[in-house]
Amino acid sequence: MSQQQGLEITLEFGGGAELLFGNLKKHQVTLPACEGKWTIRSLLTWMKDNLLKERPELFIQGETVRPGILVLVNDADWELLGQLDYEIEAKDNILFISTLHGG
Amino acid sequence: MPVKCSSSCGKNAILKRPKTGDALCKDCFFWAFETEVHNTIVSGHLFKKGDTVAVAASGGKDSTVLAYVLKVLNERHDYGLNLVLLSIDEGITGYRDDSLETVKQNRDDYQMPLKILSYEELFGWTMDAIVGQVGRKNNCTFCGVFRRQALDRGATLLGVNCVATGHNADDLAETVLMNILRGDIARLQRCTSIITASESEGSIPRVKPLKYTYEKEIVMYAYFKRLVYFSTECVFAPNAYRGHARAFLKDLEKIRPSVIMDIIHSGESLQVKDDVKLPVRTQCTRCGSVSSQELCKACVLLEGLNRGLPKLGIGKTSLANRAREQQDAQKTRIVNCDF
Repeated sequence: MSQQQGLEITLEFGGGAELLFGNLKKHQVTLPACEGKWTIRSLLTWMKDNLLKERPELFIQGETVRPGILVLVNDADWELLGQLDYEIEAKDNILFISTLHGG
Repeated sequence: MPVKCSSSCGKNAILKRPKTGDALCKDCFFWAFETEVHNTIVSGHLFKKGDTVAVAASGGKDSTVLAYVLKVLNERHDYGLNLVLLSIDEGITGYRDDSLETVKQNRDDYQMPLKILSYEELFGWTMDAIVGQVGRKNNCTFCGVFRRQALDRGATLLGVNCVATGHNADDLAETVLMNILRGDIARLQRCTSIITASESEGSIPRVKPLKYTYEKEIVMYAYFKRLVYFSTECVFAPNAYRGHARAFLKDLEKIRPSVIMDIIHSGESLQVKDDVKLPVRTQCTRCGSVSSQELCKACVLLEGLNRGLPKLGIGKTSLANRAREQQDAQKTRIVNCDF
Protein backbone atom coordinates (compact mmCIF):
# COMPACT_ATOMS: atom_id res chain seq x y z
CA MET A 1 0.00 0.00 0.00
CA SER A 2 1.41 3.36 -0.92
CA GLN A 3 1.37 6.18 1.58
CA GLN A 4 -0.77 9.04 0.34
CA GLN A 5 0.21 11.55 2.94
CA GLY A 6 3.56 12.19 4.50
CA LEU A 7 4.76 10.09 7.39
CA GLU A 8 5.28 11.98 10.63
CA ILE A 9 8.07 10.61 12.79
CA THR A 10 10.52 11.76 15.44
CA LEU A 11 14.25 11.45 14.98
CA GLU A 12 16.54 11.73 17.98
CA PHE A 13 20.30 11.85 18.31
CA GLY A 14 22.61 11.17 21.23
CA GLY A 15 26.13 10.29 22.29
CA GLY A 16 27.57 12.96 20.02
CA ALA A 17 25.66 12.04 16.82
CA GLU A 18 23.64 15.25 17.28
CA LEU A 19 26.76 17.23 16.40
CA LEU A 20 26.31 16.14 12.77
CA PHE A 21 22.69 17.33 12.74
CA GLY A 22 23.03 20.97 13.68
CA ASN A 23 23.58 20.07 17.34
CA LEU A 24 19.86 19.43 17.70
CA LYS A 25 18.91 16.30 19.64
CA LYS A 26 15.30 16.04 18.50
CA HIS A 27 13.85 16.55 15.03
CA GLN A 28 10.14 16.22 14.17
CA VAL A 29 10.03 15.37 10.49
CA THR A 30 7.48 14.45 7.86
CA LEU A 31 8.71 12.00 5.28
CA PRO A 32 7.17 12.75 1.89
CA ALA A 33 4.59 10.39 0.45
CA CYS A 34 6.21 7.70 -1.64
CA GLU A 35 5.50 4.52 -3.53
CA GLY A 36 5.81 1.55 -1.23
CA LYS A 37 6.83 1.76 2.40
CA TRP A 38 9.43 3.84 4.10
CA THR A 39 12.18 1.70 5.59
CA ILE A 40 15.24 2.64 7.63
CA ARG A 41 17.20 2.10 4.41
CA SER A 42 15.26 4.78 2.54
CA LEU A 43 15.13 6.97 5.67
CA LEU A 44 18.94 7.06 5.84
CA THR A 45 19.16 8.25 2.23
CA TRP A 46 16.54 10.89 2.97
CA MET A 47 18.41 11.99 6.11
CA LYS A 48 21.64 12.26 4.18
CA ASP A 49 19.99 14.53 1.60
CA ASN A 50 17.81 16.57 3.92
CA LEU A 51 19.05 16.58 7.48
CA LEU A 52 22.74 15.77 7.71
CA LYS A 53 24.67 19.00 8.16
CA GLU A 54 28.33 17.95 8.06
CA ARG A 55 30.81 15.13 7.60
CA PRO A 56 28.33 12.55 6.22
CA GLU A 57 31.01 9.82 6.38
CA LEU A 58 30.83 9.97 10.18
CA PHE A 59 27.18 8.93 10.01
CA ILE A 60 26.62 6.91 6.86
CA GLN A 61 28.80 4.25 5.31
CA GLY A 62 27.50 2.71 2.12
CA GLU A 63 23.76 2.28 2.58
CA THR A 64 23.84 1.85 6.36
CA VAL A 65 24.96 3.74 9.46
CA ARG A 66 28.62 3.84 10.31
CA PRO A 67 29.58 0.90 12.53
CA GLY A 68 29.48 2.06 16.15
CA ILE A 69 26.24 4.01 15.80
CA LEU A 70 23.36 2.35 17.63
CA VAL A 71 19.83 2.60 16.27
CA LEU A 72 16.73 2.24 18.43
CA VAL A 73 13.17 2.23 17.13
CA ASN A 74 10.65 3.10 19.82
CA ASP A 75 13.30 2.26 22.41
CA ALA A 76 14.13 -1.15 20.95
CA ASP A 77 17.41 -2.20 19.33
CA TRP A 78 16.99 -2.18 15.53
CA GLU A 79 18.95 -5.44 15.42
CA LEU A 80 15.75 -7.07 16.71
CA LEU A 81 13.64 -5.43 14.02
CA GLY A 82 15.27 -6.27 10.72
CA GLN A 83 17.67 -3.31 10.72
CA LEU A 84 17.59 -1.57 7.31
CA ASP A 85 14.43 -3.44 6.25
CA TYR A 86 12.32 -2.26 9.19
CA GLU A 87 9.14 -0.64 7.85
CA ILE A 88 8.58 2.72 9.46
CA GLU A 89 5.18 3.56 10.86
CA ALA A 90 3.61 6.90 11.68
CA LYS A 91 4.69 8.35 15.05
CA ASP A 92 7.73 6.09 15.24
CA ASN A 93 10.58 7.41 17.32
CA ILE A 94 13.98 6.57 15.83
CA LEU A 95 17.06 7.25 17.92
CA PHE A 96 20.67 7.23 16.77
CA ILE A 97 23.34 7.03 19.48
CA SER A 98 27.00 7.29 18.67
CA THR A 99 29.28 5.10 20.77
CA LEU A 100 32.33 6.64 19.20
CA HIS A 101 32.65 9.83 21.19
CA GLY A 102 34.47 10.87 24.29
CA GLY A 103 36.00 8.85 27.07
CA MET B 1 5.91 -8.30 15.82
CA PRO B 2 8.00 -7.49 18.86
CA VAL B 3 10.63 -10.06 19.81
CA LYS B 4 10.20 -11.66 23.24
CA CYS B 5 12.93 -11.73 25.89
CA SER B 6 15.16 -14.83 25.59
CA SER B 7 14.83 -15.48 29.33
CA SER B 8 11.12 -16.27 28.78
CA CYS B 9 10.03 -13.66 31.31
CA GLY B 10 7.26 -12.73 28.90
CA LYS B 11 8.34 -9.16 28.28
CA ASN B 12 9.36 -7.62 24.97
CA ALA B 13 13.06 -7.57 24.21
CA ILE B 14 14.77 -4.20 23.87
CA LEU B 15 18.26 -5.24 22.89
CA LYS B 16 20.23 -7.91 21.10
CA ARG B 17 23.36 -8.71 23.09
CA PRO B 18 26.44 -8.56 20.91
CA LYS B 19 28.31 -11.10 23.04
CA THR B 20 25.69 -13.84 23.06
CA GLY B 21 23.06 -12.92 20.48
CA ASP B 22 20.36 -13.11 23.17
CA ALA B 23 17.39 -10.78 22.95
CA LEU B 24 16.68 -9.32 26.37
CA CYS B 25 14.06 -7.08 27.94
CA LYS B 26 15.14 -4.05 29.93
CA ASP B 27 15.10 -5.69 33.35
CA CYS B 28 16.83 -8.88 32.22
CA PHE B 29 19.45 -6.76 30.44
CA PHE B 30 20.16 -4.72 33.58
CA TRP B 31 20.42 -7.93 35.57
CA ALA B 32 22.74 -9.62 33.04
CA PHE B 33 24.93 -6.52 32.69
CA GLU B 34 25.36 -6.00 36.42
CA THR B 35 25.85 -9.71 37.15
CA GLU B 36 28.60 -10.00 34.56
CA VAL B 37 30.47 -7.05 36.03
CA HIS B 38 30.01 -8.57 39.48
CA ASN B 39 31.40 -11.90 38.25
CA THR B 40 34.38 -10.12 36.70
CA ILE B 41 35.07 -8.37 40.01
CA VAL B 42 34.77 -11.57 42.04
CA SER B 43 36.70 -13.91 39.74
CA GLY B 44 39.47 -11.34 39.21
CA HIS B 45 39.74 -10.59 42.96
CA LEU B 46 39.68 -6.89 42.16
CA PHE B 47 38.74 -5.59 45.60
CA LYS B 48 39.03 -6.50 49.26
CA LYS B 49 36.49 -5.61 51.90
CA GLY B 50 37.20 -2.20 53.35
CA ASP B 51 39.18 -0.99 50.30
CA THR B 52 38.98 2.62 49.27
CA VAL B 53 38.60 2.66 45.49
CA ALA B 54 39.09 5.69 43.28
CA VAL B 55 36.98 5.63 40.12
CA ALA B 56 38.91 7.41 37.38
CA ALA B 57 36.10 9.66 36.18
CA SER B 58 36.16 11.65 32.96
CA GLY B 59 32.44 12.32 32.67
CA GLY B 60 32.29 10.09 29.58
CA LYS B 61 30.04 7.05 29.13
CA ASP B 62 32.43 4.41 30.45
CA SER B 63 33.42 6.05 33.71
CA THR B 64 29.88 7.27 34.37
CA VAL B 65 28.52 3.75 33.97
CA LEU B 66 31.43 2.36 36.01
CA ALA B 67 30.79 4.71 38.93
CA TYR B 68 27.07 3.93 38.85
CA VAL B 69 27.39 0.15 38.57
CA LEU B 70 30.08 0.00 41.29
CA LYS B 71 27.78 1.88 43.60
CA VAL B 72 24.90 -0.51 42.82
CA LEU B 73 27.04 -3.63 43.25
CA ASN B 74 28.76 -2.33 46.39
CA GLU B 75 25.34 -2.00 48.00
CA ARG B 76 23.82 -5.16 46.53
CA HIS B 77 26.70 -7.52 47.32
CA ASP B 78 28.06 -5.76 50.39
CA TYR B 79 31.59 -5.29 48.99
CA GLY B 80 32.31 -2.89 51.85
CA LEU B 81 34.06 -0.45 49.51
CA ASN B 82 34.57 3.21 50.05
CA LEU B 83 34.13 4.71 46.57
CA VAL B 84 35.57 8.08 45.55
CA LEU B 85 35.79 9.87 42.21
CA LEU B 86 39.15 11.01 40.85
CA SER B 87 39.20 13.34 37.86
CA ILE B 88 42.04 14.86 35.92
CA ASP B 89 41.70 18.33 34.49
CA GLU B 90 44.03 18.41 31.50
CA GLY B 91 43.27 22.07 30.91
CA ILE B 92 41.50 21.79 27.55
CA THR B 93 39.15 24.72 27.15
CA GLY B 94 35.79 23.81 25.63
CA TYR B 95 36.24 20.12 26.38
CA ARG B 96 37.42 19.10 29.82
CA ASP B 97 35.95 22.09 31.59
CA ASP B 98 32.54 21.00 30.30
CA SER B 99 33.00 17.31 31.03
CA LEU B 100 34.07 18.08 34.61
CA GLU B 101 30.62 19.56 35.13
CA THR B 102 29.25 16.08 34.34
CA VAL B 103 31.60 14.55 36.91
CA LYS B 104 30.34 17.04 39.51
CA GLN B 105 26.84 15.87 38.64
CA ASN B 106 27.97 12.26 39.25
CA ARG B 107 29.40 13.34 42.60
CA ASP B 108 26.02 14.73 43.64
CA ASP B 109 23.91 11.93 42.12
CA TYR B 110 25.97 9.05 43.49
CA GLN B 111 27.03 10.74 46.74
CA MET B 112 30.73 10.11 46.21
CA PRO B 113 33.49 12.52 47.17
CA LEU B 114 35.32 14.00 44.17
CA LYS B 115 38.96 15.03 43.82
CA ILE B 116 40.02 16.99 40.74
CA LEU B 117 43.73 17.28 39.97
CA SER B 118 44.97 19.49 37.16
CA TYR B 119 47.94 19.17 34.83
CA GLU B 120 48.67 22.77 35.68
CA GLU B 121 49.13 22.13 39.39
CA LEU B 122 50.98 18.83 38.83
CA PHE B 123 53.20 19.71 35.89
CA GLY B 124 52.96 23.47 35.51
CA TRP B 125 51.45 23.09 32.03
CA THR B 126 47.86 22.93 30.76
CA MET B 127 47.15 20.97 27.57
CA ASP B 128 46.17 24.27 25.93
CA ALA B 129 49.68 25.57 26.70
CA ILE B 130 51.33 22.32 25.59
CA VAL B 131 49.52 22.39 22.26
CA GLY B 132 50.71 25.99 21.93
CA GLN B 133 54.26 24.62 22.16
CA VAL B 134 54.14 21.33 20.29
CA GLY B 135 51.29 21.88 17.85
CA ARG B 136 48.51 19.41 17.20
CA LYS B 137 50.55 16.51 15.94
CA ASN B 138 51.98 14.79 19.01
CA ASN B 139 49.88 16.36 21.72
CA CYS B 140 47.98 13.11 22.44
CA THR B 141 51.29 11.58 23.58
CA PHE B 142 51.69 14.30 26.21
CA CYS B 143 48.09 14.03 27.29
CA GLY B 144 48.17 10.24 27.64
CA VAL B 145 51.49 10.04 29.46
CA PHE B 146 50.62 12.88 31.82
CA ARG B 147 47.17 11.47 32.57
CA ARG B 148 48.69 8.16 33.61
CA GLN B 149 51.02 9.86 36.02
CA ALA B 150 48.35 12.29 37.22
CA LEU B 151 46.07 9.37 38.15
CA ASP B 152 48.91 7.72 40.05
CA ARG B 153 49.66 10.87 41.97
CA GLY B 154 45.98 11.51 42.66
CA ALA B 155 45.61 7.96 43.96
CA THR B 156 48.61 8.41 46.26
CA LEU B 157 47.25 11.74 47.46
CA LEU B 158 43.87 10.21 48.27
CA GLY B 159 45.51 7.18 49.91
CA VAL B 160 43.31 4.72 48.00
CA ASN B 161 43.93 0.97 47.66
CA CYS B 162 43.32 0.90 43.92
CA VAL B 163 42.11 2.88 40.94
CA ALA B 164 39.23 1.53 38.83
CA THR B 165 39.22 2.64 35.20
CA GLY B 166 36.39 2.44 32.67
CA HIS B 167 38.30 0.49 30.00
CA ASN B 168 35.76 -1.68 28.18
CA ALA B 169 36.08 -4.77 26.01
CA ASP B 170 36.23 -2.74 22.79
CA ASP B 171 39.03 -0.55 24.21
CA LEU B 172 40.99 -3.62 25.19
CA ALA B 173 40.61 -5.33 21.83
CA GLU B 174 41.77 -2.09 20.16
CA THR B 175 44.81 -1.95 22.42
CA VAL B 176 45.73 -5.59 21.66
CA LEU B 177 45.52 -4.83 17.93
CA MET B 178 47.55 -1.65 18.25
CA ASN B 179 50.28 -3.37 20.24
CA ILE B 180 50.46 -6.13 17.62
CA LEU B 181 50.62 -3.58 14.82
CA ARG B 182 53.38 -1.67 16.60
CA GLY B 183 55.29 -4.78 17.65
CA ASP B 184 55.15 -3.61 21.24
CA ILE B 185 55.59 -7.00 22.88
CA ALA B 186 56.00 -5.70 26.41
CA ARG B 187 52.70 -3.83 26.30
CA LEU B 188 51.00 -6.64 24.37
CA GLN B 189 51.87 -8.95 27.22
CA ARG B 190 50.41 -6.80 29.97
CA CYS B 191 47.63 -4.84 28.26
CA THR B 192 44.97 -7.49 28.87
CA SER B 193 45.70 -7.90 32.60
CA ILE B 194 42.66 -7.08 34.66
CA ILE B 195 44.91 -5.78 37.44
CA THR B 196 48.06 -3.91 36.51
CA ALA B 197 50.22 -5.15 39.31
CA SER B 198 52.22 -2.85 41.47
CA GLU B 199 55.79 -3.93 40.85
CA SER B 200 57.45 -1.02 42.53
CA GLU B 201 57.01 0.18 46.08
CA GLY B 202 54.19 2.59 46.55
CA SER B 203 52.59 2.16 43.14
CA ILE B 204 48.85 1.70 43.35
CA PRO B 205 47.21 -1.08 41.29
CA ARG B 206 44.65 -0.35 38.60
CA VAL B 207 41.67 -2.54 37.89
CA LYS B 208 39.28 -2.79 34.92
CA PRO B 209 35.86 -4.03 36.07
CA LEU B 210 34.37 -3.38 32.59
CA LYS B 211 37.07 -5.37 30.82
CA TYR B 212 34.58 -7.87 29.36
CA THR B 213 31.75 -5.40 28.83
CA TYR B 214 30.93 -4.40 25.26
CA GLU B 215 30.75 -0.72 24.43
CA LYS B 216 27.32 -1.21 22.89
CA GLU B 217 25.98 -2.52 26.18
CA ILE B 218 27.60 0.31 28.16
CA VAL B 219 25.90 2.87 25.94
CA MET B 220 22.58 0.99 26.05
CA TYR B 221 22.82 0.67 29.84
CA ALA B 222 23.49 4.39 30.22
CA TYR B 223 20.60 5.15 27.87
CA PHE B 224 18.01 2.95 29.58
CA LYS B 225 19.17 4.00 33.06
CA ARG B 226 19.04 7.63 31.90
CA LEU B 227 22.58 8.25 33.12
CA VAL B 228 23.93 11.59 32.03
CA TYR B 229 27.32 11.55 30.38
CA PHE B 230 29.45 13.84 28.32
CA SER B 231 30.04 12.92 24.68
CA THR B 232 31.94 15.67 22.90
CA GLU B 233 35.06 14.87 20.94
CA CYS B 234 38.27 16.38 22.28
CA VAL B 235 38.95 19.72 20.57
CA PHE B 236 42.51 18.69 19.70
CA ALA B 237 43.53 16.22 17.00
CA PRO B 238 42.01 12.81 17.60
CA ASN B 239 44.30 9.86 18.32
CA ALA B 240 44.64 8.86 14.67
CA TYR B 241 46.27 5.47 15.13
CA ARG B 242 43.70 4.29 17.64
CA GLY B 243 41.00 5.66 15.36
CA HIS B 244 42.08 3.33 12.56
CA ALA B 245 42.25 0.31 14.88
CA ARG B 246 38.81 1.24 16.14
CA ALA B 247 37.23 1.59 12.72
CA PHE B 248 38.76 -1.73 11.64
CA LEU B 249 37.43 -3.46 14.75
CA LYS B 250 33.94 -2.01 14.34
CA ASP B 251 33.87 -3.26 10.73
CA LEU B 252 34.88 -6.74 11.88
CA GLU B 253 32.34 -6.65 14.68
CA LYS B 254 29.55 -6.12 12.17
CA ILE B 255 30.41 -9.40 10.48
CA ARG B 256 31.27 -11.32 13.65
CA PRO B 257 30.25 -9.74 16.97
CA SER B 258 32.34 -12.15 19.03
CA VAL B 259 35.53 -10.72 17.48
CA ILE B 260 36.02 -8.39 20.44
CA MET B 261 36.07 -11.20 22.99
CA ASP B 262 38.12 -13.31 20.59
CA ILE B 263 40.86 -10.68 20.31
CA ILE B 264 40.96 -10.19 24.08
CA HIS B 265 41.21 -13.97 24.46
CA SER B 266 44.09 -14.05 21.98
CA GLY B 267 45.84 -11.28 23.91
CA GLU B 268 45.37 -13.09 27.21
CA SER B 269 46.64 -16.39 25.85
CA LEU B 270 49.71 -15.11 24.04
CA GLN B 271 52.95 -16.34 25.46
CA VAL B 272 56.19 -14.55 24.74
CA LYS B 273 59.14 -16.80 23.95
CA ASP B 274 61.84 -16.94 26.62
CA ASP B 275 64.49 -15.56 24.31
CA VAL B 276 62.52 -12.42 23.41
CA LYS B 277 64.29 -9.42 24.87
CA LEU B 278 61.90 -7.35 26.96
CA PRO B 279 62.61 -4.00 28.55
CA VAL B 280 63.39 -4.26 32.25
CA ARG B 281 60.99 -2.26 34.39
CA THR B 282 62.71 -0.13 36.97
CA GLN B 283 62.05 3.18 38.63
CA CYS B 284 62.50 6.65 37.16
CA THR B 285 65.54 8.22 38.81
CA ARG B 286 63.80 11.58 38.91
CA CYS B 287 60.26 10.91 40.13
CA GLY B 288 60.26 7.23 41.15
CA SER B 289 57.48 6.10 38.78
CA VAL B 290 57.67 2.72 37.05
CA SER B 291 59.77 3.08 33.92
CA SER B 292 61.84 1.01 31.51
CA GLN B 293 64.27 3.89 31.01
CA GLU B 294 66.41 5.84 33.44
CA LEU B 295 63.95 8.70 33.12
CA CYS B 296 60.24 7.97 32.75
CA LYS B 297 58.34 9.28 29.74
CA ALA B 298 56.50 11.92 31.76
CA CYS B 299 59.77 13.36 33.09
CA VAL B 300 61.34 13.43 29.62
CA LEU B 301 58.29 15.12 28.09
CA LEU B 302 58.18 17.64 30.92
CA GLU B 303 61.87 18.38 30.61
CA GLY B 304 61.38 18.92 26.88
CA LEU B 305 58.60 21.43 27.52
CA ASN B 306 60.58 23.27 30.17
CA ARG B 307 63.72 23.38 28.01
CA GLY B 308 61.79 24.61 25.00
CA LEU B 309 62.61 21.32 23.23
CA PRO B 310 59.10 19.84 23.09
CA LYS B 311 60.17 17.04 20.71
CA LEU B 312 62.53 15.63 23.36
CA GLY B 313 60.27 12.78 24.40
CA ILE B 314 58.70 12.07 21.01
CA GLY B 315 61.48 10.41 19.00
CA LYS B 316 64.22 8.00 19.94
CA THR B 317 66.04 8.23 23.26
CA SER B 318 69.38 8.60 21.48
CA LEU B 319 68.09 11.64 19.56
CA ALA B 320 66.75 13.13 22.77
CA ASN B 321 70.10 12.71 24.48
CA ARG B 322 71.86 14.42 21.58
CA ALA B 323 69.40 17.36 21.64
CA ARG B 324 69.89 17.68 25.37
CA GLU B 325 73.70 17.68 25.07
CA GLN B 326 73.62 20.20 22.27
CA GLN B 327 71.52 22.59 24.30
CA ASP B 328 73.71 22.15 27.37
CA ALA B 329 76.83 22.78 25.27
CA GLN B 330 75.28 25.93 23.86
CA LYS B 331 74.41 27.15 27.33
CA THR B 332 77.98 26.58 28.49
CA ARG B 333 79.22 28.55 25.52
CA ILE B 334 76.91 31.45 26.33
CA VAL B 335 78.00 31.36 29.96
CA ASN B 336 81.64 31.34 28.88
CA CYS B 337 81.09 34.41 26.72
CA ASP B 338 79.64 36.27 29.68
CA PHE B 339 82.85 36.03 31.65
